[in-house]
Amino acid sequence: MVLWLLAFVVAPALILLVYSFCERDEVGGVIFTFSLENFRRVLDPVYLRIFARSMGYAGLTTLICVVAGYPAAYFISRAEPRRRHQLLLLVMVPFWTSFLIRTYAWITILKQEGLLNGLLLSFNVVSEPLSLLYTPTAVIIGLVYAYLPFMILPIYGSAEKLDQSLIEAAHDLGAGPLRAFSSVIIPLTLPGIAAGTLLVFVPAIGMFAITDLMGGAKVPMIGNVIQNQFLQARDWPFGAALGVVFMLLFAVTYALLQRRGNRLTG
Amino acid sequence: MAHELRGEGTPPTIDRLGGMNVHPSPMIEIRGVTKRFGAFTAVDNVSLVIRTGEFLTLLGPSGCGKTTLLRLLAGFETPDEGSVLLDGQDVTHLPPYRRSVNQVFQSYALFPHLSVRANVGFGLRMQSVPAAEADGRIVEALTMVSLADQADKMPHQLSGGQRQRVALARAIVCRPKVLLLDEPLSALDAKLRYAMQLELKHLQRKLGLTFVFVTHDQEEALAMSDRIAVINAGRIEQVGGAMEIYHKPRTAFAADFIGQANLLNASIIARNGATARVRLPDGLELTISSTALPAGAMSALLSIRPEKVCISKQRLDTENLFEARIEEETFQGATDSLQLVTDQGTRLHALVANESAMQEAFHEGDRVWCGLHLDDLVIVQAE
Repeated sequence: MVLWLLAFVVAPALILLVYSFCERDEVGGVIFTFSLENFRRVLDPVYLRIFARSMGYAGLTTLICVVAGYPAAYFISRAEPRRRHQLLLLVMVPFWTSFLIRTYAWITILKQEGLLNGLLLSFNVVSEPLSLLYTPTAVIIGLVYAYLPFMILPIYGSAEKLDQSLIEAAHDLGAGPLRAFSSVIIPLTLPGIAAGTLLVFVPAIGMFAITDLMGGAKVPMIGNVIQNQFLQARDWPFGAALGVVFMLLFAVTYALLQRRGNRLTG
Repeated sequence: MAHELRGEGTPPTIDRLGGMNVHPSPMIEIRGVTKRFGAFTAVDNVSLVIRTGEFLTLLGPSGCGKTTLLRLLAGFETPDEGSVLLDGQDVTHLPPYRRSVNQVFQSYALFPHLSVRANVGFGLRMQSVPAAEADGRIVEALTMVSLADQADKMPHQLSGGQRQRVALARAIVCRPKVLLLDEPLSALDAKLRYAMQLELKHLQRKLGLTFVFVTHDQEEALAMSDRIAVINAGRIEQVGGAMEIYHKPRTAFAADFIGQANLLNASIIARNGATARVRLPDGLELTISSTALPAGAMSALLSIRPEKVCISKQRLDTENLFEARIEEETFQGATDSLQLVTDQGTRLHALVANESAMQEAFHEGDRVWCGLHLDDLVIVQAE
């Protein structure tokens, strides 16, 4: 386990860290020096804006996932045990298909002459097709779709452990459905929400495939920029510097959430 | 026993209880309530009056419907038929948060994310009681259960007995009209349970609160209750005080479930004023009091408590004297448990107090005289 972590987590991270202080030569090779130039470039407003935008998209995705995923998870957790397993299976079924294929499926649904526009037109909801694909909306749809199960599963985990008699006790003590929800159900499922937030927010910041395919590469995210630096621009050191900053952001987010989670459950 | 009784068709009704009810306004009236879960009838046409300020116990084996009945009072279930009145008001379709009753849950159901103080204060917060008043009432309730010094602990830091008290404080702090208790002592060890029995009873007297207590433990029921409702297969078998239930069981189930009982099938062969002559299937003839025997009854089911069976090596001077052999003897400390077989083959269970050491000790194989007093032979069923 330790070896595995060393080989596949620590070593790549160290390589990335070393590269981030290096310089790029004319043909895209790496010159081993010590320079802070790359980090200075990261602080360029262009990249800061991209960082901010990535976090904004990831934040919105997380919010929508909580709002949509919580009722689903709670509903599943209160179902009959047999039905519960069937419903959980339905949540996980999409994982049986390749992520790329599912994303392309969304493209066919959202494109100009796609399924959704066809339906909307035939029911006269709209008079001309909506431009959905290659917009920020499409990116959000794609992100929410991709990460929703990662929100549902941890919330389900904590909702399932919630003792029904606690909810009954709340009602018994005069709490209506809303008060019982806000003062008993939410606090006791908060660990699930925190875990789900972590599982959705952090990877959503770095996601590049969806933004490329469904956003039409029009709204670059930090994931796209890093990918471009390595593959197209062949500026590995700068890509590495972006990656290091990105990892630091991950770590800080995680630490904050963890602290909050501990305070609430401890 | 239970299924034989089903067809009897004479469940105790409100009228019989109404006659005994001296209080002008009952706290709870259950009127013909039925609750089904799918094909299973958990509560079957139950009517019951619970008086203001009394300690009433719903007693029965697991699955008999006593907990469902309690949940109907709390509002967690809605009856399929019948109605529930609380202090004269029809609450049949009122949700639990609009009923002035509070429950102590079997699992205590303390909110794990809230301190003891916040748990006890939960109901007051829901009722928007001003903070200053709430604080006073929380301390008062915690003092009543001797936990005032634990107010800032979290539930997981408390022992089982302490959690139980917090659950109790949380329920009484709301000053409900009725306190519902769902087997609250079942998770405690024997000693603690006995102490809590006394404490609960004292608390109930002190507050003058109406308690509805659910248990499957007949000793607990006998020790604590003003009245006991014996429940079996969704129906009330008998309602009465502890003494009445024990000494005058009205059904075979009640006789058998509360304490131990010898149940004897007897056919009536003659009636003679206040007594009747009956014969057991094996031919043994007994004399019983016929005051509780309906006119024209041909057979009766008799119950006699094992400790009421008189045993002696000398010939006794009692009614219903016969000889028997001790088939099995078990020393139980305070008592000796004897399995007797009469010459005709009837089996009887007897309990004899071990008064002084070794005096008149009984042994397996001994022949003894048995006597059954007229008044100890209770008719639990007659046709």
